[in-house]
This record gives sequence, C-alpha cells and structure tokens, in this order.
Amino acid sequence: MAAQQSRIVLLACLIGASTHTAHARHMVEHLIEKYGSNFPLDVGGLNIEVEAPITRLVCGVKPRTLSDLEEALDYCENQVTNLLSSTHTGQEGSNVDFESKVFHAGMIDHIGLEVADIAQVATLGFPKADPEAPLVDLGYGTVDSQKPLILCIGHNVVPATGIVDYLKSNGLHGDVEICGLCCTAHDVTRYNPTAKIIGPISWQLRFIRSGLPDVIVLDEQCVRTDSLFEAQRIKAPVVVTSEKNCMGLPDRTHDPVDAVVNDLVEGRVPGVLILDPIKVGEVVARTAVKVAPNRKKFKVIPNVEDIVSGAKTCKKCNDCRRACPQDLHIMEAVADASTGNLDSLADLYDICIGCGRCENACQVDLPLHSYIVKAGEKKLKEEKFKIRSGRGAIQDVEIRNVGSPIVLGEIPGVVAVVGCSNYPHGGKEVIDICKEFANRRYIVVTSGCAAMTAAMSKDEEGKTLYEIYPGSFEAGGIVNVGSCVANSHIAGAAIKIANIFAKRNLRGNYEEIADYIHNRVGAVGLAWGAYSQKAAAIAAGFWRLGVPVIVGPHGAKYRRMLLGRKDHEEDWYVLDARTGDRVYVGPAPEHLFYAAESKEEAMVMIAKLCMRPNDTTKGRAIKLTHWIDLHKRLYGTMPDDIHLYVRNELDIPITMKDEIHKILEEKGWKENRIPDPTLLSRMIRKRKEEA
Amino acid sequence: MASGEPWQKAEVPGPTRALVITKPEVVVAMVKRAKRPLLVVGHEAPEINIKEKKLMDYAISIAQNGRIPMVTTAHVVGEFVRKGFQPTAFMPAVDIANRLADSDWKGLDGNGQYDLAMFMGITYYMEWVLFSGLKHFSQNLKTISLDRYYHPQASWSFPNLSVDDWAQNLEAIVTKLGGE
Repeated sequence: MAAQQSRIVLLACLIGASTHTAHARHMVEHLIEKYGSNFPLDVGGLNIEVEAPITRLVCGVKPRTLSDLEEALDYCENQVTNLLSSTHTGQEGSNVDFESKVFHAGMIDHIGLEVADIAQVATLGFPKADPEAPLVDLGYGTVDSQKPLILCIGHNVVPATGIVDYLKSNGLHGDVEICGLCCTAHDVTRYNPTAKIIGPISWQLRFIRSGLPDVIVLDEQCVRTDSLFEAQRIKAPVVVTSEKNCMGLPDRTHDPVDAVVNDLVEGRVPGVLILDPIKVGEVVARTAVKVAPNRKKFKVIPNVEDIVSGAKTCKKCNDCRRACPQDLHIMEAVADASTGNLDSLADLYDICIGCGRCENACQVDLPLHSYIVKAGEKKLKEEKFKIRSGRGAIQDVEIRNVGSPIVLGEIPGVVAVVGCSNYPHGGKEVIDICKEFANRRYIVVTSGCAAMTAAMSKDEEGKTLYEIYPGSFEAGGIVNVGSCVANSHIAGAAIKIANIFAKRNLRGNYEEIADYIHNRVGAVGLAWGAYSQKAAAIAAGFWRLGVPVIVGPHGAKYRRMLLGRKDHEEDWYVLDARTGDRVYVGPAPEHLFYAAESKEEAMVMIAKLCMRPNDTTKGRAIKLTHWIDLHKRLYGTMPDDIHLYVRNELDIPITMKDEIHKILEEKGWKENRIPDPTLLSRMIRKRKEEA
Repeated sequence: MASGEPWQKAEVPGPTRALVITKPEVVVAMVKRAKRPLLVVGHEAPEINIKEKKLMDYAISIAQNGRIPMVTTAHVVGEFVRKGFQPTAFMPAVDIANRLADSDWKGLDGNGQYDLAMFMGITYYMEWVLFSGLKHFSQNLKTISLDRYYHPQASWSFPNLSVDDWAQNLEAIVTKLGGE
C-alpha cells in the first residue's frame, strides 16, 4: 500500500511536470518560429543578470537565447520519460524509490515553469521584473457588456496573443473586449494591459452562463470538460487551440478563414480546433464581431420567478449537499428560495467553488449553481478590482537588498500565496492571510488563481491589496509574479538569495543551494485551494529546494504529507560548518508538506515554518514574536513547544520574557548554540579532528 | 436518509468499511475495553450546535466521564480552555494522525501507543483521509467516528443521523461512560 500510494503521488507530479514541460516546449517552438532562435533572453534588462536561476542550477547551462532553452527542455523530457517508466507495474519494491523520484519530478517541473515564463517574458513584451507593473482590471463588473466579448480560458497565452494582435492590426482594439479566466488571464494582461481578468478557475461556469462571452477560446490545463456544452447553451462558438485539449472538435487549421468563420457564425458547428495562433486570432476576432449582434448576450441564468417556482419542486433529498465538495447547505437554501427568500442562496455565492456537482446530483434537474449565481448577482456585478499584472522575476538588486535581512531572520519570512481556488471557505481567507502577513512586514508573493483572489476585496477607500501594498520584493510588499509558470520566479528568488547575496556557486550546484535555502531562507508556500496535479508538482519542486508548503484541508486528498516529528530529537541536528559538530537546532522547519484544517491553523503554521537554523538571535526573536503573537490571538494560548525554538536568552522576545521564561523553566530548557548550519558534511570548513 | 453510505458521495471507500454503530452502548463498551483510548477533537466542535449544546460540550463530557485524554486539533484549544477544560494536548490533525500510525510512538504521556482513537469535529473530507491513512498504516488501532455522518474509513462509525438521533446517542454515551 505504501508503495502504491507513493506511485500515485509520483504519477500526479509527473502529470504536472510533463504539462509544464510540454507547455514550455510549445511556447519555445512557437516563439522561435516567430522571433528566431537567436532572440536574446532579456527578462529584466540591467536589473537581471541571473536570467534563469533554476535552469542554471539544475542543468548547469547559462541560456542566452531562445534556442538555448531547448537544451533544458530536452533534459526535462528525458527525465520525465525515465521517471514515468519507473511507475510501471512490477517495480514497487519500496515506497522510498517513488518518494525520491517525486522530488526529482518536482525539480524538473520547475525547469519547465521557468523556461515557459522567461521565454514569454523575453519575447512578448510582458513586464520585465517590474515592481510597478500595470494595475489591470479584474472582475465581472469591469467588463463592458455592450461590446463583443472574447473569453480565453486556460494556461497557454499564445492563442490569446494572436487574438490581441489581430484586433490591434485591424483597428478593432477597443471595440472588442478580451477577457481571461485562470492563468491565460494573467498572461493576456501581461501582454495587453487593457485585457481583463474575470477571475480564478472557479468563475468558469458562472461567467459562461452569464451569457457575456460571444466567443470562447480554450487552450490547455484546468479547462472545464463541459465548456463546449455550456458554450452551446449560450450560443457562443468555441475555438479550441491546443492539441492537448481538442474537445473532440474537427481540425480546421488548414481551412480558409472565411469558411471557418461562416460555419461558426451560422452555427453549423459548435466549435473548431485551430492550432495556428495567427489564424486563431483572425477567426476568433471576426467571429466575435459577427456573432455578438445575433447572440444579444443570450444567457442561461434563470430569473427570480423561475428560481422560486423551481425551488418548489425540490424533493428535499439533500443529494446536492452530499455532492458538494464544500458540504454547502444547498437544500436548505433552496427551501428558503421556494418562499421567495434568496438570501441563503446568495450567502452560498461567496463560498461556492463553482464545480456544478450539485446540479448533476439533483433528482429534479434544478440548475442549482445558476440559482446561486443569480442570487449572488449583485455581488457578481460589483466585482470590480485592480490587480497588479504579473511582474515576472525578482530583480537582482531587490535580492541584494533583502538577502541579508531574510537570511538573518530580520525580515520574518517570505510567504508565497499560490495555486488554485478550491478554497474551503471562499477567497476571503486568502485575502485575510495576505493582509495579515504584509502588515507584519513579511514579503508576500502571489501567483496564479490565488493572486487573483487576493485582489478581490477593497478597503474603505476602494483600494485593493495591490493598490495598498507595494509590488516590490521587500518587507510588506504584495508581489504578483504572474501565472502558474511564474511560480518559477519564487523559487528563483530563493535560489538567487543563495547565489547573489551569499555568493554560492549556482551552475549545477543544486545540493548546496538547496541546503542553503533549507537552513537559511525563511520561505513558505501556501496553496490554500490546491487541487491539480500541476500544483502537486510545483509543491514537490519547492520541497526539494527545502521550502515547506502548506495546503488547505482539501489538499489532504493528495494523500501525501511530509511531516516532521518534533518529538524525535535526533531528527533535528545539523552540522556546524565551522567545526563539524552536530548541533541540535530544533524542528525548523518542522514540516515540508502539511495540510491545515483551518485558516487560523495555517496562519500560525506559516509563521512557525519561517524559522530557520541560521536565524540570528535578533531574527529569531522577531520570528518568535510573530508566531507567538498569532498563536495567542488565534489559538487563545501560548504555543506548547516554544522551548524547541529558543536557542539562547537573546532569542527571547523582550516583550514576552516573563511568559517564556516560565515555560522554559517548566520544560527544563537548556541553552544551545547557533551553528553555521548545513546538512552536507562536505560543507564543513574545518573538521574537528583536524583542529 | 441512507445509513451506511458515505455522507459525501464523491468519497468512495474500499471494500473494508466501518461497522455501523447501531446503539451507543457499542462505543461505551469499546472505550471500557480499550487499554489506551484517545479522543481527537477538531475545529468544528465549537461551531456545531446540537440542540441546546455544542459538539465541544459533548467532547468535554466524554473525555471527563470516560477519563479519556483529549487532543484538540487546529486552533480550538483556546475555546476549550475558556470553558474551563484543559485538553491533554493540542496539535495539527495531520500530526496526531501521523503519530497514531507510528507503532513506536509512546503517546502523550510516554506510556505507549493508543489502541482506540475516537474522532469528532474535523471537516468530513479531511477526517476521511485521516481515517483512511490510519486504516492502512496503523497497527492495533481501532478508530471510531463520533460525527453525525457515516465515515466508512473508520473502524466504527455512526450512520448518517438526524440531529435528534445524534444528540441522543451522544447523551447516552456521556451518561453510560460515567457509570460503572
């Protein structure tokens, strides 16, 4: 059973790694075709010298041009194939074999991420490591419903760039709305800041059913399988653009544009597959302009009268609730609706993840998700937010500025709020977490759907978090790096701290850099709504670098935790690189992969997992202050394991001295020394016996 | 309402499913027979109302009447302390499950691994995974779900119950644990 479990986890991570690698391959091939193989990899001008920290670290090469990235992808494809071959039946002797390969798959995944993002940043005019990347529109309410609207869903921006190019070159830019869902949305705004982000992945169903999209463009990853069906319901043609996700539609790549457009406009076909992004641009733009007047934003969201009468037919079987991943009390809300009161349904809007399983389960086929969307319509229409467009990499100079305070612990940590939107209680928790840690002067980094969610609130002055907090990689910043593939810049920042600040060799020096990060860089990932295989692979890449990742309760379904045992004292020794001595440093970080039950638990654990053996006394005191303060506020008690994290008197926060001393006394605490920590014996500068 | 079916339909169990607790005496007998019972209480316990009480009130009564050590998970330890009850320990749900799966763990008091773990108040889909892990990877441990909904991955579980039936069962367990 253990080996089988581990094999499944490896397969999940390989799905993620192969997805990002294939995405990167498609991107690089397309960009080489368009811009030439010698196009330089400039991802931040003079601000970025280390343009590809992960690729340099793992592959040992310094890519200078687009074609140099192909070498890295060759390596990824080779490794993914070999790793996948290890999952064949008859090779299950030990789960540890699979576990080690999970780490490897994660590392490969990170190369794929990096290649995909730096290729598009270098060529497509995206913000280049820009802390002042443009603020762009996000939310249903930002869309001009009078215009033809093109909706792009997925993760690969190439087809969307074809659409933007066509609109611009044909004088349609400004006359047609182009919007996105999921990571394509991030990247299309990086390409064209007037494009709009509708929201995270969970907004797919509600936005399609709203009837606003006139043409729906699907690329790859995280696209709902029923998108074509839902598009047909609102009479919107579909153009699929990826060979990975053809939706069973005919390949019209080589057909004349006029014929394809006519077929779509006349409704002779529900959709087409076009693999040429330039042709996608023309077909989609022309179709949108022609279809919009006929469609008249035809929607399938019921009106209130329909909801009330439909609700009266409810059989009260409760199957809707039992099908709901969130266990939402849908049946009770429908009962209220049958009396004309839609408030309970409206309350569900904030926490519904938009999967639509309730509808599939309903014995009388009530469109329950649409009921929720209609009841929450006021909120939906008021979704008008600003998000800072994905900035890409972290500048070398930013790393120089924060490297020392991070490594010494004086910036208490880097919190990366990333991943999908399968949140246990809606997006507000993500917003609360970002705000809390930015206010505490952590560096908060966001990406993917979580970055969008972080934008979806306003203060009294109508400002979103991205307008309130700076977009630079500094204490108190909230830094949107971009789409899923831009997660590479978060790993890249950790690597660059070791390389640029600490001057550790980079190329082909993974073990030493990961050792450095694990012992010194107080970074933690939070994927509060993670659900996908890609998220698993991304997390695995961070584990291998020594960065812990916290997931929400749904993340327990990955069936893989990497939990430390603080009660096993022998697990928490490092080597002192100065002397070679083994030194107890406490469980820091205690876990590498961990599912939290509640937001409060996650917040306390974020602060705790930022502690590292290398923290100076001042840094440790700051980190202890935040952890203990959060624990007291959210748990209502002092932590019961403070004694494991206090190494000497100077670690103790001044304002908590009395309380902590009492605990230390009860626990029989003894002072310990602070080593120059490493887990690698080769890093010992002078062995004890040689002294 | 079906009784021996998973509450959340997406959670499909394997062939070995929890025995259904048809009467509260089953739980009482198992607790009394156990050498080392443990009660694990999650963050929903202070939020769930059962008629005039909360689930955490029952948790406290079960722990007190049965003299069972209690571990609270997530962030709820303070809620118990405010009620005047000090849990034996608090730790993340994944941590206590991890320890229960370790046959070498010496327990909260250093006297050895537990042979019975009762769970309540952890989000259904997360508790499901914890039970599944313990079913496959623990040794000599029986698990009981005291939540309202059927948990097939446990060793024993209530069926899907109405609130009234759940309250009656919990009341009976509390009362009978207090007796001889």
